[in-house]
Amino acid sequence: MNYYESKDLGRFAEVGKFKPDLMKKFFDYYNAATNTDGALSKREKALIALAISHFKQCPYCIEAYTTASLESGANPDQMTEAIHVAASMAAGMNLVHGVQMLNILEKSGV
Amino acid sequence: MRDNNSAIIQNGKYNFQEKLTKNSLSLPPSSIETLQVNITLKCNQACLHCHVDSSPKRTEQMEKITVDKCLEILSNHKEIKNIDITGGAPELNPHFDYLVIEAKKLDKHVMVRHNLTITIDGDPTTGESKKYLPEFYSKHSVEVISSLPYYQEYFTDKQRGRGVFNKSIDSLKLLNDQGYGNENSDLKLDLVYNPAGAFLPASQQSLEQDFKKELWEKFGLKFNNLYTITNMPIHRFREQLERLGNYDEYMEKLINAFNPTAANGVMCRSLLSVSYDGKLFDCDFNQMLGMQIYNIEPMTVFNFDIDLLLKRKIRFDSHCFGCTAGNGSSCGGATV
Repeated sequence: MNYYESKDLGRFAEVGKFKPDLMKKFFDYYNAATNTDGALSKREKALIALAISHFKQCPYCIEAYTTASLESGANPDQMTEAIHVAASMAAGMNLVHGVQMLNILEKSGV
Repeated sequence: MRDNNSAIIQNGKYNFQEKLTKNSLSLPPSSIETLQVNITLKCNQACLHCHVDSSPKRTEQMEKITVDKCLEILSNHKEIKNIDITGGAPELNPHFDYLVIEAKKLDKHVMVRHNLTITIDGDPTTGESKKYLPEFYSKHSVEVISSLPYYQEYFTDKQRGRGVFNKSIDSLKLLNDQGYGNENSDLKLDLVYNPAGAFLPASQQSLEQDFKKELWEKFGLKFNNLYTITNMPIHRFREQLERLGNYDEYMEKLINAFNPTAANGVMCRSLLSVSYDGKLFDCDFNQMLGMQIYNIEPMTVFNFDIDLLLKRKIRFDSHCFGCTAGNGSSCGGATV
């Protein structure tokens, strides 16, 4: 057994076995935020979600939003650009902390 | 999900009839508006998703006597307004031009499932040129319906073979040159999108906007409508799903996306499919699975009886989940 099983994604709703009211509120919010055309299209939302899935490294989400991106008409070029946005943001978030390092270096007289 | 589908999925079989029953749906024929005639299994391409298993090696084709019988049926039944000519590449049947010309004389709306590349490639076995086709279509006001899985080379060539995208673009230009694809023209050019893999099509409307924008901006091409079609889990596409270990997952996806409104609009309620040898089927997919319409005896164009056909029970099986998923799927695209 692995901790992450692909088929477990289909059991997501079972988390509402206890305190179902909370899970219902979550799903209502989640569906309203991700699964509708609004100021952003469903495709744009799927690509944002795909980028975040990689940023947070969630295997369930990567599977779900790879499919959701395809099923909203996105192509592999667009999907790959989306995950590069996530990856470059992650790199930038690491590197910008270099300013903290520089501050300490300066304070140390280096 | 598993509990809800337990009566639908039993012993690895997917019971479409049970799904209809659960949804209190009965889907009798409503009319016969379209005769869809598959006149050859031969094709210059061998696409990954092809439910017909067409290729240059296939030799099956409709004979003149059967073509004439189809024309006689069209002539005798004013209510059958459309003939939808398909294959294979239907242009490879030697009686193709005759069928189009005679059907137009009967004042029928003629649609041809034209794969675009046949104009460029010609007959793959004889080398006969097919460059006359755009002008021929224009002259006879044929509605041209062509597969183009995506507006980019990658998805298109992956599904239809290397080089197909560029040849399709060249062929579309020739059709545009004849006046096809203009908004106010009677010469209708429709494109067909189907997913490049085991996923459902996006919204037909949004994809049509993308296709129109991309094809116009990159190639200066126009077309009228985009039809989205769900990949049917039969023949080559099923083999691909099984090879990748995806078949059951794909079937569950289709079942979970079952849409009763799409079910009500399934094309088999208003269409009849004819095979190259004259047998009658509820649709092209049933034809490829050998599920012939059977009343007292197997139905063909030679014992055609419209009253009996309108009373028939449409034969459903697991592949029918493909036509009822999401926004629905038919030879004319989404049904919802």
